[in-house]
Formats: sequence, C-alpha cells, structure tokens
Amino acid sequence: MLRVRRRARYLALVAASALALSACGSSGPAGGGSGEVRVWSLQDGVNKAEREAVAAYNKSADPKVKMETFLNDPYKQKLQVAMGSPQAPDVFMNWGGGNLKQYVDAGQVHDLTGALNADPAWRDRFLPVVMKTAQINGKYYGVPERGMQPIVLFYNKDVFAKAGQQPPKTWDDLLRLVDVFKDRGVTPFALAGSQAWTELMWLEYLLDRIGGPAPFQAIVERRPGAWKDPSVLRALTMIRELVDRGAFGTNYASVDYDVGGASTIFAQGKAAMHLMGSWEYATQLEQNPDFVKKDRMGWTAFPSVPGGQGDPKNIVGNPSNYMSVSAGSKDKEAAVRFLKEGLTSDAYIRGMISVGEVPAIKGVEPQLRSGPAPEYGTFIYGLVSGAPNFTQSWDQALPPNVAEAMLTNLSKLFLKDITPQQFADAMDKIK
Amino acid sequence: MQTGRLHGRSPVHQRPGVIWAAPAFVYFLVFAVVPLVLVVGLSFTHWNGLGMPRWAGAANWSRLAEDPTLGSSIRLSLILTAVAWLVQTPISLLLGVWAAGPGRGRAALSAVFFVPLLMSNAAVALLWQSLLDPNFGLAELIGPLLGAPDGNVLGDPGRALAAMALVVSWQFIPFHMLLYQAATRQIPRSLYEAAAIDGAGRARRFWSITLPQLRHTIVSSSVLIVVGSLTYFETILLITGAGPGTATRVLPLHMYITGFQAFEMGYASALAVLLVAAGTALSIGIVRMTGYSRMDSSREGM
Repeated sequence: MLRVRRRARYLALVAASALALSACGSSGPAGGGSGEVRVWSLQDGVNKAEREAVAAYNKSADPKVKMETFLNDPYKQKLQVAMGSPQAPDVFMNWGGGNLKQYVDAGQVHDLTGALNADPAWRDRFLPVVMKTAQINGKYYGVPERGMQPIVLFYNKDVFAKAGQQPPKTWDDLLRLVDVFKDRGVTPFALAGSQAWTELMWLEYLLDRIGGPAPFQAIVERRPGAWKDPSVLRALTMIRELVDRGAFGTNYASVDYDVGGASTIFAQGKAAMHLMGSWEYATQLEQNPDFVKKDRMGWTAFPSVPGGQGDPKNIVGNPSNYMSVSAGSKDKEAAVRFLKEGLTSDAYIRGMISVGEVPAIKGVEPQLRSGPAPEYGTFIYGLVSGAPNFTQSWDQALPPNVAEAMLTNLSKLFLKDITPQQFADAMDKIK
Repeated sequence: MQTGRLHGRSPVHQRPGVIWAAPAFVYFLVFAVVPLVLVVGLSFTHWNGLGMPRWAGAANWSRLAEDPTLGSSIRLSLILTAVAWLVQTPISLLLGVWAAGPGRGRAALSAVFFVPLLMSNAAVALLWQSLLDPNFGLAELIGPLLGAPDGNVLGDPGRALAAMALVVSWQFIPFHMLLYQAATRQIPRSLYEAAAIDGAGRARRFWSITLPQLRHTIVSSSVLIVVGSLTYFETILLITGAGPGTATRVLPLHMYITGFQAFEMGYASALAVLLVAAGTALSIGIVRMTGYSRMDSSREGM
C-alpha cells in the first residue's frame, strides 16, 4: 500500500497509457536465452545502490544483468500485463504477500525454496520475520531486496515538552493524551484522512493488539464471517470512539499526505503525533529539514491495548520489497545467481544503508550506526528484528477488489457515515 | 464516376459519395465499434487483468442490481451534470457574446479566460487541491464564509461535490465561451442594423436576435456538457479520489475504480456499457427534444 499508493492518483492516468503501450507489444528482445538477465525494479532512491550492485556484478558475470526501472503505479500495471507473456522479465520486484500470491497462483513465479535450502548461509542472512511475507503455501517465492517500512508512532518533542507529557505506552495513556492536547488547542493526531490508507494503519495496529495476528489471517484466508469477528468489531469501535473524542480534529478528511498536509501540521506543532510508515522520516527530512535535524521529532512503538491478546512487540506495515524469478525465465539459474551474488552482496547492503534504507539483513546494526540516521535506523532495525510478527499492510495482503472496498468503507467509518457493524456487514458480503 | 454526379442538378445528387466517409467510418469502426464490442464481451466474464478471462454468464449484469454504490453514483452523476449545465450555459453564453464584440480589451480578457482550458488535468487538479487545503490553502480563508470554519471543504460530502462542480465548470466554461463567441460572430450584421432602425434597444436585440440565432450552438454546447459530464472524471479522481467515502464517486469514476483499482474488469465493463447507453440516450434525447435533428435554417427569408 502506502508506498505503492502514495503517488497513486497522479500516476494512475500515466498508468493507463503505460498499459496501452505494453499491450501494443514492445517487440524488443524477449527475456532469457538472449544472453542477458532482465531485471525490473521500482524507480526510487535505492536505484543508485542497485545500479552500483549491477555494475559490480556484471564485471565478472555471464550472462550479464540488464536492469530497468519504472515509476510506482505504472509498474504494478505493467507487471500485471507483462507477466506470463514473452515480454516478462527474468527477475521482478514485488511487494510480497497478496501481491506476489496472485502471480504464484497464476503459475508465473519460480519457487526459490530449493535454492535457499541448498545455500543456508544465504537463506539465513535475512530476518525471518520479513522472509515470512515472501512465503506462500509454505514455499519461498522471493527474497527481501529493499528497506523495511514498519508503521511507527511519531511525536513532536516540542509539543510534548510544553505540555509536560511523555509518549503513550498504553491505550489509556493515548486516550488521556488526546484530552490533554485537545484542551491545549493542539490536534492530538495528524491524519491525512483524504487517503484511506492512512486510516487503515489504525485498524491494522488495533486489531493486532486486541486479537493478535490470527483474526487478520482469517480475513486473508477469506474465511466466512472473518470480518464479523468480535475483535474486528472492537477495533472498529475503538476507532469510532477516537474520532468522536476529537483525536484527529475536525477537518482531517480534507487533509492529503501526498501534498504534505499531514506531515506539515505535525512538524509545525499544530498536531502532536502522527501514525505513519517509517518513510515519514525521509518525508520530513525533505519537507521540514529543521524538524528532523534539530531533533524535534521523536518516535515510538504503537501502544499496547490493556487486555489485548496481541504481543505489543508486533508490528504492521511493509516488511520489504522482494525480488522474485519469473517461471517463464529461460535462464533461472543465472537469475537466482544474481539474487544471491548481486543483491545480497555486502556492497549492495552498504549501498542501501547509505541511501537511508534499513535492510532486512541480520546483524547490520554496526553499519546502521555509522549510516546517515544512526539513531532512527537502529530503532527501526530493533523494532523489526524484535517483532514476533510483522503483518503486511492489509491493502497489499488482500486481493485488489477486497482492498478497494475495505478502504472505501473505512473512509466512511471515519466520516461517521457507517457504524462498525455496517462496516463488518459490508465487508463480509464481498466475494 | 462519383465526381460527375457532384455537378448534377438534382438535389439528391448534391451530396458527396459514400467513399468520402470511408476514412471517418474506418476510424470509427476501429476505435469505437471494435472496443465497444470487446467491452460487451468482457462484461460477461470475470477477469482481473491476469491470465485469461473466465466466463461469468450474466453475473456481472445481475450484480448491477445489488451494487449499493451504483445508485449513489448515478445520482451524483445526474446532480453533477445538472449543476454543470446550469452553471456553464448562462456564464459561457454571456461571456461568449461579450467577447465577440470588437475591442482590444475584450480580446485580452478573453485570452485570460481561456487559460484554464490550456492547462492539463493534472495541473488543474494540483492547483485546486492546494487551494482547497484546509490548513494552508484558500479554504482556510473562505471556509468560514461557506459554513466551514475549519476549512473542511474536500472532507465534507456536500461541499466536496459542490467544489467539484465548480472546478469542472471553471475548467470548461472557456471552451463553451469560444463556441458562443464564434457563433455570435456568424450572425449577419444586417439583422442588427435592421433592428436598430426599428428602434430596438440593446436588451431587445439580445433577446430577439442573438439568442434565437444561437439556438443551434446552445444545443451543441448542451450535448457536449451533458455527455462530457457523464464521462468526465480525471480531475475528480486527482482531487478527491472519489471521496470522502463515496461522496464524489460519479458513475465514470465508479467504473474506473472498479476496473483499475479493484481489477474487476468484467464488472467494470458492464458499467461501461451502461455508461455508453446512458450517454447515447441522453444526447439523442436532447437532439430530438430541441428539434436540432431537423436542421432547419434559422435564417429563412434572408
């Protein structure tokens, strides 16, 4: 989600033309056998490190690797069209979980379990909690390739200091803080409510704290009645109470994340806290550099919920992006070799850290400590490596039609258009 | 052999041969009829864009009856179309007639009015999204006047729809103004001269000459507005993303989201067919109702 959806609307239109282009069939040299390994990746800040890794790998490799990068949303659609066709790449980046599963179900992804088990040293370099998202029907179909993006509770240190408060550790703390900040004329939580994926973060964390990972697992498995589970209803009711209590102010439904609305009111101290993906650090560094550099932004884990069954150490968010090998590749061996030697190399991991990512690799704390954001990087690393479970963002884990209905209904719940019960009923009906 | 007929005396033979319509016909066939047939076919399948479509029978069509969002989408589309017509027609007509007159000032101002039409949809959307931001935009200033002291315009279902009608009108008034300006300039001066001799004032000349002479243009412009509002969604998608909730999820947006976000291509195709039928029926209806199809001359006796 999140990362996928961030620029969604502006790129959706571009995507339509990308779709048309790929449908018209770029009859260029198709995949393997032509003496190169074609790799598709996402266009973003990590590309510099990726390119260096590819260049280093190509010095001694045969066949050589050719990497192409694409913008976020057009990429999703291009991949959807290209997979299973002769134009499919040998190696492709994906989001794991439900996103990867649809390709696995269509028989388009190469099973990496054998290769990983044949080389335990390679397999064991990755954090198991992140590897889990690439595991489908008990088999591994991808390896982590980018940074981890858990959802974190950010707080404005100035605002907290002025009110003489500490960041919340439990749900009761959080409710008390809502009242404290409201009385002081500060919006307790910044929320970019015009985009429902920001609201989804609340539901993801609350359900995990209340019922652990099991209720969502039931939803993923499409078990009948899974949306009507008491823990789902309790989480939805707590959200409704939060809205009624004024935790998000009154105009949150107009606020947008892409144009920086939520991040800016938070940085300016008009809002005290912001529940957001770990990329908020990079967003703030770009939009409000002083807020980060002068150490005014704090971060902490999502509070625990009294009486909840979920481990308070559990996290939700985007475990990582993954690289997978397509089943149609003519040289799978070479493709797997590139994953192992090119994208798990020490040089690539160093490169990722230097552009601010926190890789899903065991034992990188010392490197993070000398990276560009030592304190924050080690916090994120500790958060993920200490988590018993890392639930993938729901809108990535669920099929697109369910995700779309869920986001629409959630936005209605935050608008008080529908009740928690109506939300559960509507979601339960979706086939 | 066709050319010989062109010079014929009989009025039946004065029209050019069918061959001249061939390029337009082929274009229409390839880019309109063929896709339409494919969409009708797709509406009987389940397809998520991956692999092959699966036969679904009439499942997508019966789903139309149960879709709770469809009713509200149709209602929103109708409201948006009506408001767009009511706002755009008088303003663009008056502006067009005014701009048709002589003078540098008018030419310069018409050029300024024309700017929104030259902007891309994405630029229009970004501009208005920034203007309507509740904490940093114009909404913070004008919100209180509209009953939203917290600047909550895009986050309130009613106000969001009104804002979208405003943005769409703002974007397309220049185009319709251009239609009216050109049509006004076509009106023979002699009509006005005769009226002036008879002592008709400014208002009288407008009501008795300009307006009747613009009748065909009003019909064309109305068809464009109505059919346009039925298919138009890009700016709304970019500004509100159909929200809050489903408050601005008009019919074409409902189709787009179903097809390209939920990846339910089959059901989206059924919605698309519905849209085509509605658009065709509406434009035929307008043309029939106004007598435009008879193409009678409005300058009889000139």
